[in-house]
Amino acid sequence: MTTTAAPLDVTALRADFPILSRTVRDGKRLVYLDSGATSQRPTQVLDAERAFLERHNAAVHRGAHQLAEEATDEYEGARQRIADFVGADFGELVFTKNATEGFNLVAYAMGNAATSGPEAARFVVGPGDEIVVTEMEHHANLVPWQQLAARTGATLKWFKLTPDGRLDLSDVDSVITPRTKVVAFTHQSNVTGVINPVDVLVAAARKVGALTVLDACQSVPHSPVNFRKLGVDFASFSGHKMLGPSGIGVLYGRRELLEALPPFITGGSMIELVKMEGSTFAPPPARFEAGSPMTSQAVGLGAAVDYLSVVGIERINAHEHDLTVAALEGLSSVKGVRLIGPSDAVNRGGAVPFEIEGVHPHDAGQVLDSLGIAVRVGHHCAWPLHRCLNAQSSVRATFYLYNTLDEVDALVDGVREAQKFFGVA
Amino acid sequence: MQLQQMYQEIILDHYKNPHGRGLRDPFDAESFQVNPTCGDEVTLRVKLDGEIVSDVSYDGQGCSISQASTSVLTDLVVGRPVGEAFKKMDAFVELMQSRGQIEPDEDVLEDGIAFAGVSKYPARVKCALLGWMAFKDAVARSQGAA
Ligand SMILES: Cc1ncc(COP(=O)(O)O)c(C=O)c1O
Repeated sequence: MTTTAAPLDVTALRADFPILSRTVRDGKRLVYLDSGATSQRPTQVLDAERAFLERHNAAVHRGAHQLAEEATDEYEGARQRIADFVGADFGELVFTKNATEGFNLVAYAMGNAATSGPEAARFVVGPGDEIVVTEMEHHANLVPWQQLAARTGATLKWFKLTPDGRLDLSDVDSVITPRTKVVAFTHQSNVTGVINPVDVLVAAARKVGALTVLDACQSVPHSPVNFRKLGVDFASFSGHKMLGPSGIGVLYGRRELLEALPPFITGGSMIELVKMEGSTFAPPPARFEAGSPMTSQAVGLGAAVDYLSVVGIERINAHEHDLTVAALEGLSSVKGVRLIGPSDAVNRGGAVPFEIEGVHPHDAGQVLDSLGIAVRVGHHCAWPLHRCLNAQSSVRATFYLYNTLDEVDALVDGVREAQKFFGVA
Repeated sequence: MQLQQMYQEIILDHYKNPHGRGLRDPFDAESFQVNPTCGDEVTLRVKLDGEIVSDVSYDGQGCSISQASTSVLTDLVVGRPVGEAFKKMDAFVELMQSRGQIEPDEDVLEDGIAFAGVSKYPARVKCALLGWMAFKDAVARSQGAA
């Protein structure tokens, strides 16, 4: 038995991920440093999906036959295990297509509140109300709020960044005011890995009666997260960033809020009573899961959560921290490299963005790719953050449980290679 | 090595010493194009003298591929009738969409043939076409305004 304090046996873990043993670009060993975009899946997850399809596949919540029963049990069983993993109750988790859909669900449902019953009054936003976001947001937790503001006449406000890429919280009360209806912010930046002080923002929002919406895409896969303890009202994350399938995301909502929130997408499976004149809606989570849902993906995400729990999320977190420290150290030792965001690993997850003087990120990414190293280049769906940090775009390495210190070294060597190739070393 | 196939010397030369770079007056129309996946951008101006493209000037932020292809563009179109410039554009677009499957014609594309290797990398094709999209748009605007 290993204890949670023991370091990860990464070599053993890597054997669970078939893709990591393939080669790319003419026989180069794959160095996958792009888990922030999407993570790879262990055989345990792939097997769970396949087993579901081979043994239990049926439409869930629609039928009295044995397969329908089993499929429904598998689907709801996955929901329960995922709920346990993030500190939520069964009824507080809604399956979505991805995190992006989760944010849109909340934003559109709030937009529908004005024409819903009195129980939805707390969600209504309109002229004079304010919606607060941050300059650090992924577009997924920014554009839906811009759109809600545009549709309702509310005003969008945002927290700015400090020069090293952390939230500027020097004057919280001027941003979050009694007019604020929603505060939407990320737990951990997908670009810089910066971890935000959820407690400070939740306290400020509560003081003025505003709702909080947390982007947990980069926190849930990499650190122990308990939504109930964090005290946020809503949170959204994606399965594909946490060893699970694509095509499934999770929206968390405090039970009392989900019960009062009007629906976003309507149709089958989300109703209570349908007449030609109008319909009433099922209680959550069904109210927010219209139509035939994804099934093997939910089961796969359940298996991913099991896998993460067995390995131990704290150990994964500690391992990624070591890789981040090594990457920051290695990259800052290369002349001509500018780290974007904080230069230390304090309150920071496993994401390291940087620029190379004289080598455009796209070109750097190409050289790394030719060496088998997969990184992300561009603005990573966080254009405003890049503008704040004076970068047109960046190269970003992100780490997960299966990455090694060797791979960090390969990255640093690859950066030198890129400098050599473009004649700037 | 694959990298050299993509980054031909010609491309690196144009990248380091771009032709026609900088925004100039006078001009008939200007186009701003951006690649939404990476944020690369180009602003490109066209001056027409009747049917002849008399100047193309540009400024932008981008990778070596987008900068070099815009530099090559100026060589290919300046001094030529619009119709001929568009033929070259069509040939270049066809080359970029070929996934390395067609042999470019040096008489038509001159230095542009160096981008044949880039066409094997679908993610970079947009980079190579950024300046050309701006050129097409700017010519359309200047003709629309005329
Ligand atoms: C911080 C953050 N928020 C939101 C998203 C959007 O997730 P998805 O594209 O799976 O909806 C991502 C990933 O792309 C992310 O990293």
